[in-house]
Amino acid sequence: MIRRYALKRLLVAIPSLLIATVIVFSLSRLIPGDVVTLMMQENQYAQSLEEMREKLGLNRPIYLQYFEWIGRAMRGDLGESLYSSRPVLQELARRAPVSLELGAVAVFFAVLLGVPIGVLSASRQDSAEDYIARSGAILGLSAPGFWLGTLVVVLPAIYFGWSPSIKFILFISDPWGHMVQFLIPGFLLGIASAASIMRLTRTQLLEVLRQDYVRTAWSKGLGERVVVLKHSLKNALIPVVTVLGIQIAQVLSGTVIFETIFGLPGMGRFLFDAITERDYPVIQGINLVIVTTIVTVNLLVDVVYAYLDPRIRY
Amino acid sequence: MADHVEIARASGWQIERRHPGALQRVLSALWQFCRRKPLGAIGGLIIVALLVMAAFAEGIAPYAYDQSIRNARLRPPGSGFLLGTDNVSRDIFSRIVYGARVSVTVGFSTVFLATLLATTIGITSGYFGGRYDLVIQRIVDAWQSFPFLVIVLSLLAVLGPGMLNVILSLSVLVAAGASRVIRGATLTVIANQYVEAARAIGCGHLRIILRYILPNVAATIIILATIGLGGVILAESALAFLGYGVPPPYPSWGAMLSGSGRTYMYTAPWMALWPGVAISLAVFGFNMLGDALRDVLDPRLRGTGGAVR
Repeated sequence: MIRRYALKRLLVAIPSLLIATVIVFSLSRLIPGDVVTLMMQENQYAQSLEEMREKLGLNRPIYLQYFEWIGRAMRGDLGESLYSSRPVLQELARRAPVSLELGAVAVFFAVLLGVPIGVLSASRQDSAEDYIARSGAILGLSAPGFWLGTLVVVLPAIYFGWSPSIKFILFISDPWGHMVQFLIPGFLLGIASAASIMRLTRTQLLEVLRQDYVRTAWSKGLGERVVVLKHSLKNALIPVVTVLGIQIAQVLSGTVIFETIFGLPGMGRFLFDAITERDYPVIQGINLVIVTTIVTVNLLVDVVYAYLDPRIRY
Repeated sequence: MADHVEIARASGWQIERRHPGALQRVLSALWQFCRRKPLGAIGGLIIVALLVMAAFAEGIAPYAYDQSIRNARLRPPGSGFLLGTDNVSRDIFSRIVYGARVSVTVGFSTVFLATLLATTIGITSGYFGGRYDLVIQRIVDAWQSFPFLVIVLSLLAVLGPGMLNVILSLSVLVAAGASRVIRGATLTVIANQYVEAARAIGCGHLRIILRYILPNVAATIIILATIGLGGVILAESALAFLGYGVPPPYPSWGAMLSGSGRTYMYTAPWMALWPGVAISLAVFGFNMLGDALRDVLDPRLRGTGGAVR
């Protein structure tokens, strides 16, 4: 049963991914002509218009261009960076782990904060704690990450003469320093996700707490801890698993900002630099890798969801 | 209540009914909302303040947004300048007031465009179903698979920065997410018997959509738009922070936190503080109001004790 569901879900994911690749592919076909001229003059990516067209792969019929591009991408060839002339995949492989670490720290903090506060808020519905937690969550969703990042860099420097390092430390040279440098940006990046997770945990738990079986648990004389944490939370957390998929997209958005502020050489920073340099093969490559990752993660999340909750069927 | 009136009428009783004026009804509904949802009312107040700031910036701001004031470089808040001045001697309060214009313009235009698009796609996709629905939903899936900052920045890299391009690229993304929810609401509505009845008496597709479905998904659309406004303001400020918003010297809250001013923040922390406070407050207002509207307008959530979803 679960296998059939997974197969069906896969059949839905493939066309979506294909459409996404068409969107990514179309990106460089939308470049206005004067920008191409700029790319030649300012960035000196090519000597002539012909050479530029060839480098961007624009000198063939459009459907051929697409199939060629997707075919090469499947073999791991994402083209060459116009800026550094190095293979895009090689550059990405160097930077992806940094974003991955940052994202992992963010998700860790998001779950660590979001779930317990959500549980507290639901089990003390309409109390002062609940109001504080809910308002705090909306605040967490409202404060822009780049602002929090700026404050964390600026304020301690003024008042304590200390500021987070914005020089990247390699794992080989200083493993401890390498890990520690992700804590602050990871925490800040995780705040918005923590707020979403907290809100979802709270609503789901409130719904479960009204179920008959929970009333039965109460009437058996079980303590609050057992009723909430053991009987209710497990069922309430199932939908929370699905938002993790959405959170990964959100976290990846945030890496662009936090890697820029904290000087971490990850994919987000790479994308931002590529956009400044008008390095379209890199922009396409990053988009392709990210969108494939997200579609795959969502697919896995849905299958895990169906596994955890047998009532869910497509 | 209505039954009583019918019975009373049928038995010939005289009923004295007072018709409150339209204004009175709106005011009374507003008062009810404020009493039931104080947090939502606070959100509404913040939004009104934001709109007033954007509309009457010339009257509220003591200085022009690009005016360098003589001998007033990097003044702290309070010293004759409510929120202080920046590294080129401009009044930060005035710049924040004018900055509200960018947020309001981008926010409302984006949400307006996105809502039009999302409503059209969502309702038709849910109503017609079948192969059309299948294709549309895969396209929506594809758009939703991109992290917003990644795809919007990439789009702006191609289209070039500027307010119009920011609005266009953001509205496509907002519309994709919203259309999914509107489609869901449409599916619930068309399962109702009155839609079947409308079809039975020979209503055309357009009439069913406009007269039967649209009014019943309107609440969902209003809630989505309110929360969407907060999201778009946040997104615009992030893009402006990264240098892809409205070109300087026009002040956008996100841009005020980036650029050449960043080096001066270490001596003038107020430069780093106020624009962020403005963004957070504006987004907070829309989120609070959106949450309260959802509790009041969405019948499916009634009785859940005002649970935030």
